[in-house]
Amino acid sequence: MVGGLPSFKIRPIAQQSRSSHLRTESGVIKWILIGVALLYLGIFLILPLACIFTTAFSKGIVAYTQAITEPDALAAIRLTLLTALIAVPLNVIFGIAASWAIAKFDFIGKNFLLTLIDLPLSVSPVISGLIFVLLFGAQGTFGPWLIEHGIKIIFAPPAIILATIFVTFPLVARELIPIMKAQGNDEEEAAITLGASGFKTFMLVTLPNIKWGLLYGVILCNARAMGEFGAVSVVSGHIRGLTNTLPLHIEILYNEYHFSAAFAAASLLALLAIVTLIAKSIIESGMHREIEATQITSGEKR
Amino acid sequence: MRFKNLLLLLIIGLIGFLTLSCKPTTILSVNEVTLLNVSYDPTREFYQAYNAAFAKYWKEKSGETIKFNQSHGGSGKQARAVIDGLDADVVTLALAYDIDAISEKANLLHKNWQTRLPNNSSPYTSTIVLLVRKGNPKNIKDWDDLAKSGISVITPNPKTSGGARWNYLAAWGYAFKKWNNDETKAKEFVAAIFRNVPVLDSGARGSTTTFIERGIGDVLISWENEAFLAVNEFGKGQFEIVIPSVSILAEPPVAIIDRVVDRKGTRKVAEGYLEYLYSQEGQEIAAKNYYRPRLDSVIKKYADKFPKINLFTVDEVFGGWQKAQKVHFADKGVFDQIYQN
Amino acid sequence: MFALNTKLKRRTLPGFRLSLGYTILYLSLIVLIPLSMLFIKASTLSFAQFWDIVSAPRTMAAYRLSFGTALISASINAVFGFLVAWVLARYSFPGKRIIDALVDFPFALPTAVAGIALTSIYSPNGWVGQYLAQIGIKAAYTPLGIVIALTFIGLPFVVRTIEPVLQDLDPEIEEAAACLGANRWLTFSKVIFPILLPSLLTGFTLSFARAVGEYGSVIFIAGNMPGKTEIAPLLIITKLEQYDYQGAAAIAVVMLLVSLLILIATNFLQWISAKRIGMS
Repeated sequence: MVGGLPSFKIRPIAQQSRSSHLRTESGVIKWILIGVALLYLGIFLILPLACIFTTAFSKGIVAYTQAITEPDALAAIRLTLLTALIAVPLNVIFGIAASWAIAKFDFIGKNFLLTLIDLPLSVSPVISGLIFVLLFGAQGTFGPWLIEHGIKIIFAPPAIILATIFVTFPLVARELIPIMKAQGNDEEEAAITLGASGFKTFMLVTLPNIKWGLLYGVILCNARAMGEFGAVSVVSGHIRGLTNTLPLHIEILYNEYHFSAAFAAASLLALLAIVTLIAKSIIESGMHREIEATQITSGEKR
Repeated sequence: MRFKNLLLLLIIGLIGFLTLSCKPTTILSVNEVTLLNVSYDPTREFYQAYNAAFAKYWKEKSGETIKFNQSHGGSGKQARAVIDGLDADVVTLALAYDIDAISEKANLLHKNWQTRLPNNSSPYTSTIVLLVRKGNPKNIKDWDDLAKSGISVITPNPKTSGGARWNYLAAWGYAFKKWNNDETKAKEFVAAIFRNVPVLDSGARGSTTTFIERGIGDVLISWENEAFLAVNEFGKGQFEIVIPSVSILAEPPVAIIDRVVDRKGTRKVAEGYLEYLYSQEGQEIAAKNYYRPRLDSVIKKYADKFPKINLFTVDEVFGGWQKAQKVHFADKGVFDQIYQN
Repeated sequence: MFALNTKLKRRTLPGFRLSLGYTILYLSLIVLIPLSMLFIKASTLSFAQFWDIVSAPRTMAAYRLSFGTALISASINAVFGFLVAWVLARYSFPGKRIIDALVDFPFALPTAVAGIALTSIYSPNGWVGQYLAQIGIKAAYTPLGIVIALTFIGLPFVVRTIEPVLQDLDPEIEEAAACLGANRWLTFSKVIFPILLPSLLTGFTLSFARAVGEYGSVIFIAGNMPGKTEIAPLLIITKLEQYDYQGAAAIAVVMLLVSLLILIATNFLQWISAKRIGMS
């Protein structure tokens, strides 16, 4: 490891100088391309972001803090966190199981299974909520039975959590499958051959290999879980202080003409997104360092 | 190591936030009752004030403490939620049609619900007026001006908004009377108005935002209470209300959901809650929130606030909500026909 | 060799039945059973009724609009997303890390907030809308507004599918092309682009699929005029507003089937791309 350090620094530089004249366009074209890319991102990304924050602070910092600390807002934040806290781990367990089955084994119908896992991504949020109403609503399949037994699912946190799980369903699995595929089976097979149990192999061999990708998946899943609006809106019942998540609270504020308060709450979610993204880039740099480190050590072994 | 630290930090942060944001859990006293009022969008401010007043009144009367839960949204969406199992003790919606649907589809309350309280179970009324920009630059005086070319009219989509259905019916009723009950003429007139509509928002509040915040349109067709709110509060000094020569009497109904109150044992409170809407205090709160009161003494007190308008009812012109809905707003109804060409 | 490898995989690693079983169970509980409710609901209609609903002129107009605007916005994202991925992977410039992090932003923002923010920017009195209005372009409340919203929603997909492939691209391929006398454009069009094409298509399709079903952000900026700017998910809401659950389910089923086809195509493309890389 100590010996690996100098070569770690030298290699990328050597690579860069080698490629600089063969793999790069002329300066003018390069800056035109960068300019166009930034213009596109400026129009579609930066502007909405700027709009949210300027409106959020248009009534001053005091109004901003008031908007995000009033009881209804706090209740909404709590429900949003609770939802994410349950939905994300469940999807993580599923993501690991699905990626293990799909990446490590070959079986018939694998492509179709992959398609089904992707499906929630393309289902309209309205429908994502509606299907749970059809299932658990008073007129739905299980509705009468649930009412008889006094179990509340729809218009209560369970349905909100279910809808959120549905919407964020593919995210962790999608993140893990390509990584597990790329890792191959060699290390696990070696561990099994050496007599390790399946569980031990997973914990000690597979998990360290996929941990950064897993965290990346968790972050995306979490962001989407906290931000979901359409599906949750259908199953929530909109009871203030009880079944409103943060995105629904934002809609209420907006409908009450409290525009700056609505955007203040929205800026919380935008902030969350930004914090998430910073965490992600820390993770990615960690991932790159590890990949480089493994490249170096494997290079030295050769 | 880095990975573990990061994860730990994340978990600690989350737990910390959850504990900090948790308010001390209220210990349920024996005498506390929870009441869920499922209502439509523009009544938020009104029921906020009314709930506080009623809680005080009920506490003095029976010693019970009431905790109110409020749910607001589009009238149709709210009715659907109740049908699908939202445990509303009382519903206070925009149109009788929506409460009819609750009775019909889910059988949660008796068909005759509208006769159980005075005045068609509508303790307060409203009407449809026109909101124009300061100084009335396009000189809009009555419904006729909305059908002229070059006028831009803002109204929500009647297919998705209860308020918009009142708007539509008000315009139709005006034309129907003007041309001596000629349906073809009325249809042409309403079609001309909708040709002038550049944006059909999905809800009444969306339309108000489009008109006021986005600056689109010359005239907004709106609930009277929403128009007052716009003129007196968040668009102060920028807008004027134009009262049309004829408009519709909008009767937002209220009802108890029998099945729910019987299951929860809240019938007495729920009945008291709706009855108190007709009391002096309830009526005054309604008037203060720009709803037209029913009680004579309160009508007199607020007479200068609500100008007299020549009003017709849905029953008079359309033969009730069921019929109006079927003829005008159902698929392939008159509204759809307007947009077919 | 390939077959042998497969057999080996199955034999040595444990947990196949457990993990696949759990995957299918969870998939069924969360996705398949709830989604099947749509088909059950729609199947209570007779075929004639079903066809009447999904082939009505207004429904067709909404499908056309939803699929058309989704196609346009996915195309925009394909072109510019490709460019962004290229710029982020190949060049260094000030602020690159922040820009890279921001690409995922549309994913995390509640769609309603995105819709409100975009409407206030592109409406005739908004930051951008007022200048567009001066040159006679109406953005908000027209199909153009829908395209803007859908482009925002689908932006991360193309960038995020191309970027990793571009980063992993073997530099020797380009160097070889350059040494053989190919100019930069030739190298790009004949060597790099074919390698990136499968992932570009994947990103395009994902962005398209997401855009077709989008509701929250579009509803604010669309204007919702029947036949002109009324999207298919809004028609579903309209049906629900009349307590017509079957009608809503019928429209939803058609959208779902189209989405399914799109996704099958996506995964087929991925499979081809994986095979091609495996062969080379």
